[in-house]
Amino acid sequence: MDYGLLSSIIHSILVASTPLVFAGLGALIQERAGVLNLGIEGLMIVGALAGFATAVAGFPLLVSILMASLAGAMLASIFALLVLRLYANPVATGLALTLFGLGLAALAGSQYVGQAAPQVAAWEIPFLSQIPVVGRALFSHDPLVYLSIFTAFVIWWFLTKSRTGLILRAVGENHTSAHALGFSVRGVRFLAIICGGALAGIGGSYLTLVQTPLFVEGMTAGRGWIALALVVFASWRPFRVIAGAYLFGSVSIIQLHGQALGVSVASQWLSMLPYVVTIGALVVIASRAGTSQAAPGSLGKIFKESR
Amino acid sequence: MFGFRYLTALGCFVASLTLATSVNAADPTKVGFVYVGPVADAGWTYEHDRGRLAVEKEHGDKVETVFVESVSEGPDAERVISQMAAEGADLIFTTSFGYMNPTIKVAKQFPNVKFEHATGYKRADNVATYSSRFYEGRHVLGLIAGKMTKSNTIGYIASFPIPEVVRGINAAYLAAKSVNPAVQFKVIWVSTWFDPGKEADAAKALIDQGADILMQHTDSAAPMKIAEERGIYAFGQASDQAAYGPNAQLTAIIDDWAPYYVRRVDEAMNGSWSSTDTWGGFDTGMVALAPYGKAVPDDVKAMAEEARKAITEGRLHAFTGPINKQDGSPWLKAGETADDGTLLGMDFYVEGIEGSLP
Amino acid sequence: MIMIEARAVTRWYHEWIAVFIALLLTAATVSVLLASLGLDPISSLQRIFIRPLNSVYGVSELLAKATPLITIGVALALGFRAGVWNIGAEGQLVMGGLCGGAVALAFWNIDGFWVMPLILLGGTLGGLAWGAIPAFLKVRFNANEILVSLMLTYVAILLLSVMVHGPLRDPTGFNFPESRLFHDAATLPKLFSAGRGHLGFVFALIFAVLGTWVVKRWHLGFEMRVTGLSTSAAKFAGYNRDRTVWMALLIGGGMSGFAGVVEVTGNIGQLVPNISPSYGFTAIIVAFLARLHPLAVIPAGLLVALSYLAGEAAQLSLGIPAASTQVFQGLLLFFLLGTSLLVNYRIRFGRVA
Repeated sequence: MDYGLLSSIIHSILVASTPLVFAGLGALIQERAGVLNLGIEGLMIVGALAGFATAVAGFPLLVSILMASLAGAMLASIFALLVLRLYANPVATGLALTLFGLGLAALAGSQYVGQAAPQVAAWEIPFLSQIPVVGRALFSHDPLVYLSIFTAFVIWWFLTKSRTGLILRAVGENHTSAHALGFSVRGVRFLAIICGGALAGIGGSYLTLVQTPLFVEGMTAGRGWIALALVVFASWRPFRVIAGAYLFGSVSIIQLHGQALGVSVASQWLSMLPYVVTIGALVVIASRAGTSQAAPGSLGKIFKESR
Repeated sequence: MFGFRYLTALGCFVASLTLATSVNAADPTKVGFVYVGPVADAGWTYEHDRGRLAVEKEHGDKVETVFVESVSEGPDAERVISQMAAEGADLIFTTSFGYMNPTIKVAKQFPNVKFEHATGYKRADNVATYSSRFYEGRHVLGLIAGKMTKSNTIGYIASFPIPEVVRGINAAYLAAKSVNPAVQFKVIWVSTWFDPGKEADAAKALIDQGADILMQHTDSAAPMKIAEERGIYAFGQASDQAAYGPNAQLTAIIDDWAPYYVRRVDEAMNGSWSSTDTWGGFDTGMVALAPYGKAVPDDVKAMAEEARKAITEGRLHAFTGPINKQDGSPWLKAGETADDGTLLGMDFYVEGIEGSLP
Repeated sequence: MIMIEARAVTRWYHEWIAVFIALLLTAATVSVLLASLGLDPISSLQRIFIRPLNSVYGVSELLAKATPLITIGVALALGFRAGVWNIGAEGQLVMGGLCGGAVALAFWNIDGFWVMPLILLGGTLGGLAWGAIPAFLKVRFNANEILVSLMLTYVAILLLSVMVHGPLRDPTGFNFPESRLFHDAATLPKLFSAGRGHLGFVFALIFAVLGTWVVKRWHLGFEMRVTGLSTSAAKFAGYNRDRTVWMALLIGGGMSGFAGVVEVTGNIGQLVPNISPSYGFTAIIVAFLARLHPLAVIPAGLLVALSYLAGEAAQLSLGIPAASTQVFQGLLLFFLLGTSLLVNYRIRFGRVA
């Protein structure tokens, strides 16, 4: 085995998976609060454009990410208004958000076609990045890859260790009880939606800043949907979102490499692999886990405090 | 936000357009275009739209153009084409293969409207077809790639195994092989025309496996951008992509529809339009090459130019025997050139290309 | 101070008032945007929304566009009521089109009254089978149907691609990825002399009525609804969760498959790589706009279909880019969803009592 190639493959897998990690975590934080937001795709593309536009204007990476998250959060606030204030159906509102976001990004983004953002430099982690094979594969990435893993850690800590996280989970599991206990269901959900939108926005910006890196309309190409599926795959747990995203990314990248190495199967069959493997893995996990992988109890249900 | 500027700009544009048409009292020829992607795709649709703009520029207020973009090739196409005809279009260009049968159907209902379908093979009295011999461009790209590769590995990102794409791979391979017998092609089929992320991943996979020059037959500029980042070379697709790869782009095949569109609109206006089948190459100007990149050495440039001239003048055909099919069975005898029918339906690799056609 | 309070009694016209206000708000917003583009709002709105419906042709096309949305919308409304999250209707539609199309091609140029029913049956079974996979995995392995049905959508689209690039492509078609054109016996009859409105629309209407009947009268509908509302209540009543999952996904799959085969035999007339502009996803919006009421799916489906036609008209006659029509569509949906509040609540201006 060619170890140089192996480390390159792993490197590519991490890059291809990172947008899914961010967006998946963004969906997860909302769903743990009981909000089902199918608008992730729309949030991603708007973040993709905002991040790209900022980078093209010459701002540093940090500002680009901030703008991407801000754009995602702003679009998400429309969703929050409709779902929390006006009791609109969240499933349909999420889909409408996707339509709206894709249109908005296309409209505002047409002037960015043909433009180039500066390349994002890798952070070579001292010592670790010097290790053969593993060093290049894992420890010489752009800052966002590390940030995505760190974010998962923060969310895990938040959900399991912090008091606010506990409240958020309570709201997600049973909003009527949480309300009776005096927690602001609407407030918690609003924050979750805003954070989720911001994370989805960052996920989108990873596509335009690092992975491709350019902006064209419609370029998220269904990644928001995959992210939503991964949350289910992960049984609503942050580290499993990473695992799911990396699994999906691995199969996607390995099938491409397989073709370049001369595997002779119709490419459409190979392109099906990531989806089929994810289903298979879910079946294995679900059949063993029993009930521990259940969705948050109030997921997707409308909360009306007057009752 | 950024949207506002765009909207106002668009507003001025539309306003000036309506003003312009209202001033002109004579009934202009109305020309419609149906696009498969957005105008801002920097590739296939963008070039068709440049053709449309060239028509407007050439014929001024004697024409009025309309277009509908991002029309899916499924059930919506027929309605859009028919609506366009009903709204008084005199000539309609349908610019993707999937519009073939809808175009034929609508043409039957509107015998007085003229239709032009790109890349198809069905015609009628009021339906003409047109396409470009992109493989002529691929031949020149193959020559440059064969000469310039150091690793002797060319990466090729392909979409779907349709004749158009297979023809391009074969043409490029044969040309590269003719100048560099050691050259090898690695082909990745991404099963999509447009997914910048996946195209970028495929580009990285090819580079990681030793490719130092990339070619593509998908719609986004992502592979060019990746080539630029990794410091290797690539060829632009459909459009000049130097903006994405100022150092990486060696040249690009440009689909230049302007000469054809201008001519056909002219014919429609003076009454000489008839249903024809046009498969234009370098000679008609429908296939063009972007300026050579800085990295291309003078001798390679000279060779590429010579090949382009030879093809333009009809002295050279990209598929000239002896050529065997991949399984070793003979296809063309020495000196024999491929007929258009075989090229049109090409579904086999030529000898020497590894892997099987999906 | 603006206050929102629950209505004591909800009357039938509250629903219509809410929709009317939403349409008014959309018209107002679109007018402002059009005016900012330098266009005359009234005549532009007339060109976008009224002119597409000004002829038999236009109405016929509207019905053609609404057919799959209504058919799938009804099926999803039933499934969502039961709390089964089938978001893979798109894949089930594609499989229906593929299988029905394959039957049509297998009996190519053979006439007979039985050909068309056989094709429709083939398509329905194709969709049914695709819906059965998530149902089986859910019941047997407890695998979440959201993920499975969604992932299977991508698999279905790729499967269709394999087939039209290979086995099912037109033998006389120069290896282009399209099947033969179906012959007349394999094409659904048209409803009008103009446009493509076809018999499938009548089926869609029948489904909506049947769906209403299922919800209202049939014991199974009640069972599905109870299971959807509360799992423990359903358990208490002795209802079978597994059966509900099976029914919801089989109905969803079968009807989406039917919508798919109707689309290829009624609208397209052949198999192509891309048979659906996301009807399966759009139908989810339709189902919820109708608030999961099968009869209300009809106007909801027609309205959403009209918004697509309006988008094309806006590009064609006003030169507005496709992206902004998507934005308008999003706005329309936001207003429709936002104003649904007015059905059960009223807004009061005044001091807190």
